[in-house]
Amino acid sequence: MLNELFTLATLIGILHSGVRLATPYLFAALGETFAQRSGVLNLGVDGMMLMGAFTAFYVAFNGGNLWLAVAAAIGVGCLMGLLMGVVSVTMQAEQGISGIGLYLFGLGLSSLLFKTLIGSVESVSGFPKLALPLLSDLPIIGYIFFDHNVLVYLAYLMVPVTAFVLNRTTFGLSIRAVGHNPEAADSLGVSVNRVRYVTLIIGGGLAGVAGASLSIGLLNVFQENMTNGLGFIAVALVYFGSWRAVGVLGGALLFSLVNALQLWVQVLGIPIPSDIAVMLPYVLTIVVLTLTVRQIQQPAALTKPYERGE
Amino acid sequence: MAAHERTQFTLDRITGAALPVLAVAGALVVGALLLLMLGVNPFTAYAALFNGALGNVSGITQTLTKATPLLLVGLGICIAFRGGVINIGGEGQIILGAVSASAFAIGFSHWPGWLLLPLTMLAGTLAGLVWGGIPGWLKARMGVNEILSTVMMNQIALQVMNFLLRGPMLDPAQIAAGTNIPQSAALPEAVWLTRLVPRTLFHSGAILAVILAVAVYFLLWRTTIGYRIRAVGLNAAASRYAGIPVSRYVVLSMALSGAFCGLAGAVEVMGVHHRMIEGMSGGYGFSGIVAALFGKLHPLGAIPASAIFGSLLVGADKMQRSVQVPSSLVVALQGLIVLFVVASDLYVRRRSRRRMEERE
Repeated sequence: MLNELFTLATLIGILHSGVRLATPYLFAALGETFAQRSGVLNLGVDGMMLMGAFTAFYVAFNGGNLWLAVAAAIGVGCLMGLLMGVVSVTMQAEQGISGIGLYLFGLGLSSLLFKTLIGSVESVSGFPKLALPLLSDLPIIGYIFFDHNVLVYLAYLMVPVTAFVLNRTTFGLSIRAVGHNPEAADSLGVSVNRVRYVTLIIGGGLAGVAGASLSIGLLNVFQENMTNGLGFIAVALVYFGSWRAVGVLGGALLFSLVNALQLWVQVLGIPIPSDIAVMLPYVLTIVVLTLTVRQIQQPAALTKPYERGE
Repeated sequence: MAAHERTQFTLDRITGAALPVLAVAGALVVGALLLLMLGVNPFTAYAALFNGALGNVSGITQTLTKATPLLLVGLGICIAFRGGVINIGGEGQIILGAVSASAFAIGFSHWPGWLLLPLTMLAGTLAGLVWGGIPGWLKARMGVNEILSTVMMNQIALQVMNFLLRGPMLDPAQIAAGTNIPQSAALPEAVWLTRLVPRTLFHSGAILAVILAVAVYFLLWRTTIGYRIRAVGLNAAASRYAGIPVSRYVVLSMALSGAFCGLAGAVEVMGVHHRMIEGMSGGYGFSGIVAALFGKLHPLGAIPASAIFGSLLVGADKMQRSVQVPSSLVVALQGLIVLFVVASDLYVRRRSRRRMEERE
């Protein structure tokens, strides 16, 4: 049975799913990259995603336009980011803990809303497949990369956009300065707290889209705690990708490919206990974090609230 | 100390203790607004919540039963935080503690009870110790962020449990009946913890937890090891300069923290379920963090804090059943309480610093 895994059709299938499954990780982890580069560790990504997922689903379920649903998810995500900003930037809270608070708030509120406003597990018709003209006709490559819904393409588009904003714009320079040396940035007239608010709100908006990409893109249902810790993985991917957009892309792809492989192993009925297969990506993440962490430089002010000296 | 300073000091302590209470009040107010927006009468919901948790003997014993694992986890969280590490891995440590304790008790069920019972607890504690110690070691030696590694370790523990409960540890009775509900065989009666109130789930693990809270207080404030754990947590660089082997204490803090969570898992299966079942960790790994924070990261403060959060959890279930308000309201409230508590810390820090400056 193991040789079935190595047929071309299976390999293409795994790659196709892998590319697709990376979507929520990409949105969420790229958003978190903004926040962490400015020096804020937002551990509440999972809660923001759940709120985004519910909001998008609710709008779509009530017959709203899918783009309106995405916009609503972004809005709610931004609000969650703003909340994190008030607690972690203005009130200078310990970020590891405030993130857990934000997570629990999003987890609880999204299922409270789900149970009172919808009640049972329903499905919606989410974004349809959008085979890109010409590109999707390419043999093999076309199916793997260009036969997905529109949110998948947007997720990959966010990689160069994030890299460009962080590395080639004044705003990106401010973000990096604030994350690396807030005192110096402050003395040059950059408002440390304002930059951190903005990155948290951007991160929240992207986490909202990440949630939407699950509830109206990949799965087209909403369930309580449907992210199942995905947001925490996204935070890990930022470390994994050494705070660079391309690194995050690599991490997200590696993670989603192992996940896709694991799903196909189950589909093909290869006799590896599925529980062991499911734990693989997590073991892999720890291993890679262990191997890479020494060589990389994290933003010097990460997790340190900023207070102006007198 | 001048008289007015002493009054000031007492006042500070009172407001310091009042802040968490204000945080709960704030969370309840925000929760009420959310309920109003959803068209639910918040008074009905809250009345059902408090009545369910504290209105009768059954509610109170259930509250204390839920408070037990919360207190044990909370103690572990206190140690980790005092040592400057953040343990998000409570869920995984609870699960593996429960799995190991169950496997041990079932495997050696013919051993005499006086030996089997403490060793079963020890098996759970050790499993938690190892599962907490690994992220500690990864942080100390490899610089891996412990928040991330503990999150991953939670998922791995969950899968280990799924695997064991569907395979090697699956109850033979379930196999025979063909139902295959993923749970272990019943634990031998010798390891069941005494029920303190007949016909309730309230068990002697609660007494153990309170004794351990006092023990953790002595460990942290009355022993050299505890002093060093706190020193490393306050200022790792200064501790290193003072000759404390910092990385060893990072591993120790995480391992001890995991040990308490593992013990919580063992006590939960020995006292409540009498077998390993899915979902027994019940979010205690996260709720324990909330309780520990609420108790100001002090082992003795964790005692009332875990009782309060135990009552919230029990009340949430009762509220869901009696007035159909989803129990997830309480998860959101817990989140808000955490946010309020950590946000209000700024106020406490600023004031204590102002006082210091005034004295100089």
